[in-house]
Amino acid sequence: MASSDSSLELGPPEPVPTGSALRGRATRRATDTLDAWRSDGAARWLFIWPAVLLILVLSIFPLVASIALSLSKLAFQQGGIDLKLVGFANYQQLLFGLERSHFLGVLKPPNPNGWAIVLATVALTVAAWARAARSDHRRPVGLVLRLVGGILLVGSVWVVVGALASEGGRPGALIVTLIFVFVGILLQYALGLGLAMLLVQQVPWRRFFRIVFLIPLTITPVGVGYMFLMMTDTSKGPLEPIWVSLGLRDFTWVTDPWLARLAVIIGDTWQWTPFVFIVLLAALESLDQEVREAALVDGAGRWQSFRHITMPAILPVTTTIILIRLIEGFKIIDMPNILLGGGPGTATQSMTLQAYVDWNTLNLGRSAAISYLLLILVSVVATVYVSFVRRRVTDLA
Amino acid sequence: MSRNRMVAAAISTILVLTACNTTASPSPSSPAPSSPAASVPASAPASAPAASASAVAAASPGTKFAGANVNILTFNGPQVAEPLQRRAPDWEQATGGHVNVVAVGFQTIYDKALLDASTGTNSFDAYVFNPQWLGDFTGPGYLLDLTDRVTNDPQLDWQDIGPFFRDFNASYNGKVYTIPLDGDFHMVYYRKDILDKDGLKAPATWDDYLTIAQKYNGQDLNGDGQPDYGSCIAKKKGAQSFWWIISIAGGLLQAKGTNEGAFFNATDMSPLFGQNEAITKALETYAKTAEFGPPDELNQDVGGSRGLFTTGRCALTMDWGDIGTLTPGTYAEDKTGATITPGWKQILDRASGKLVACDATTCPNAVDGVNYAPFASFGGWSGAINAKSPAANQDAAYDFLSYMSSPAISGIDVTLGKTGYNPYRTSQFTNTAPWLAAGLSQAATDNYLGAIKASLTNANMVLDLRIPLTKRYEQDVLDTAVSQYLAKELDAAGAEQAIADGWNAITDEVGRDKQLAAYVASLGVQR
Repeated sequence: MASSDSSLELGPPEPVPTGSALRGRATRRATDTLDAWRSDGAARWLFIWPAVLLILVLSIFPLVASIALSLSKLAFQQGGIDLKLVGFANYQQLLFGLERSHFLGVLKPPNPNGWAIVLATVALTVAAWARAARSDHRRPVGLVLRLVGGILLVGSVWVVVGALASEGGRPGALIVTLIFVFVGILLQYALGLGLAMLLVQQVPWRRFFRIVFLIPLTITPVGVGYMFLMMTDTSKGPLEPIWVSLGLRDFTWVTDPWLARLAVIIGDTWQWTPFVFIVLLAALESLDQEVREAALVDGAGRWQSFRHITMPAILPVTTTIILIRLIEGFKIIDMPNILLGGGPGTATQSMTLQAYVDWNTLNLGRSAAISYLLLILVSVVATVYVSFVRRRVTDLA
Repeated sequence: MSRNRMVAAAISTILVLTACNTTASPSPSSPAPSSPAASVPASAPASAPAASASAVAAASPGTKFAGANVNILTFNGPQVAEPLQRRAPDWEQATGGHVNVVAVGFQTIYDKALLDASTGTNSFDAYVFNPQWLGDFTGPGYLLDLTDRVTNDPQLDWQDIGPFFRDFNASYNGKVYTIPLDGDFHMVYYRKDILDKDGLKAPATWDDYLTIAQKYNGQDLNGDGQPDYGSCIAKKKGAQSFWWIISIAGGLLQAKGTNEGAFFNATDMSPLFGQNEAITKALETYAKTAEFGPPDELNQDVGGSRGLFTTGRCALTMDWGDIGTLTPGTYAEDKTGATITPGWKQILDRASGKLVACDATTCPNAVDGVNYAPFASFGGWSGAINAKSPAANQDAAYDFLSYMSSPAISGIDVTLGKTGYNPYRTSQFTNTAPWLAAGLSQAATDNYLGAIKASLTNANMVLDLRIPLTKRYEQDVLDTAVSQYLAKELDAAGAEQAIADGWNAITDEVGRDKQLAAYVASLGVQR
């Protein structure tokens, strides 16, 4: 536009440009164009919007569509699908209706141990809220949120205790998932850290072991599921002679619900410990050895060195690993499905597996509702974890 | 908006549209539907001998279906897909058409096929699937009516197909929708050598079954010095348990012929699988068989029990027809007997929910006082054609399915364990040469086919459930409740209540009248 405007201006005639001047003007114009392209505005249009549109199409739309699905019932009819809006009926069925025993479990009045846990939780929650209320930094919104969080916490503990610490209670898919996640991650972290601590030493064959320890991570979860299916088969599996030689011919993993859950946790731990191990190994190898050596020279023991130097140094990596495993762990499906089909009974049926069964029987509304409840659960746990860890890391800093 | 921004916006739009176009519109030359499933080219190496197929292959290339590209969705077994993949090249050579077998996991076929048809995607021209799902597919009109085609097709020889499979399995509401490729129902297999040695007969009732299982449990049945098992019946959740419990309960629920039905009262759609003495008895019997089975039977599917039986580790098992074709070359070869699924000497009085003794009135089809009700579980893999598929592909798909079911081809395939297909044609019983060629002895062939015939000719055969949302009734509600009972999470009354509540909820969701009409329609064909 500038060039056309200038042609309309009245004034002394410009000198006829020479060849080099023309080239210079062209170069300057090209540079101006490039500068314009490099401007934030153009970059936003060229680079950001396509990505935003793709994310909208590929992520947000399914997210919104699945909310609609979770509020609907699906029926097949001539020429297509009829999605009938049923409000929160799918959620109601899972939390209070016919599917409650499968989803939440069978909840009974707590036994003495259960009551102790519930009362302790209530006491701690009230104490924490009272402390926050007395704090100089208190804000009304924060107090309300803490109150809601406290009620949710006590409610969750009540459900878990009603299923696990009661006479005749039984955990449903939600609690089974929590067991898989928390017990699994605890084991994976402990083993992964132990292996990493071992291989960070100058032990013989450390490169070989580093590769060997990583192998489970390279196998597809379905493959790991079938491998553990064979290994836990005590009547005709490849390990049958070992079971027999140990006098465990009639031993079985699968008739007892807790042993079945343990089998799933062992398989999951076998697969995911290498992930924890390799990340922690990298973190440990990057530590400044001089600090540790200085501490040892100053008389610190190995445990003190580990507790006060190593652990704080790897805390940021630890928090990230645990967060990743938390989010991944909640989606556990391959191992319980292939190993036990969610059985015996519903002992190993995770939330994702329950959603999968519903999807397979085209109960799409309920499947979507389970998925949304899982999303809420993961979001709450991850948010609480991150805020807790951030405070701890800040305190340490 | 400046010129640069407009240019940038235009480029962005073009990029997005290009990206969307690439993902949404596959190249026309792409033969396979966009799917995460394992798409297996049909022109996989053909390995099995087949006299008639070889003759077809030797002929000059045909042009009858030149240009037709048929996508068939089926089970990745590897059984079931195997014969389709192996036979396709011969059919392609003879007709000029092309078959693409899309093989997926068993649990995936139903939702993939139904969503494909209902959303109008129509990636598949044909399905080789479970005829139990006809209720879901025929109501909305997703399947092509094959009635006229099958009756006028000399290649198929419709009348050679067993009446049960023709009239019940392939038909829905009086019309033919599928071409049978397989005949499925349960039978009991037993170790003929040891029962003969001890002068015992094959079990006629489930009480006999338990007695024999108890007798042989813990004995060395295959000479390896280790104790073996009296009974092997799979009990894994998410596998086949719901079919076994129907088989055991069948003789307690249905006595007056296939049309009576064994799942619901045909007057008000109230579930027979509810709180009554028949289901209690069936659950207790199923659980009792576990006492004489391997310790981890609760986590064994049918593959596990087949492995144990063919290696000689079980005295008894219940299975489809597959055991008969799997025994050649195993320990159980020529040691195996087959018999009709055991029955009961009692029957459910549907009004009172109590069991009453069988007599001429209550059990008109009883033999020696035993009410047999062999269960056509699953029904057998069957080929159906998408009603919305292009006409040329429908014709080609029909011809391929007809070719697969033709007596010359199917007569060989049903004798091979790797196909997963079991006999369903009259000619497959009369012509024993392929059975002998497959490795069965004459005695084993006669025994095996005799047991199948006894089941097929029984007027009281139980037809598997075939109404809308059948899969949810059986593979979700029934399977979960039975699994919970076996794992002692529920007692018998609790399991029965869970089944009845779950089934009633599904019925009410679809509409009781609609489901009742579908149930009656599925049973309504007179033989």
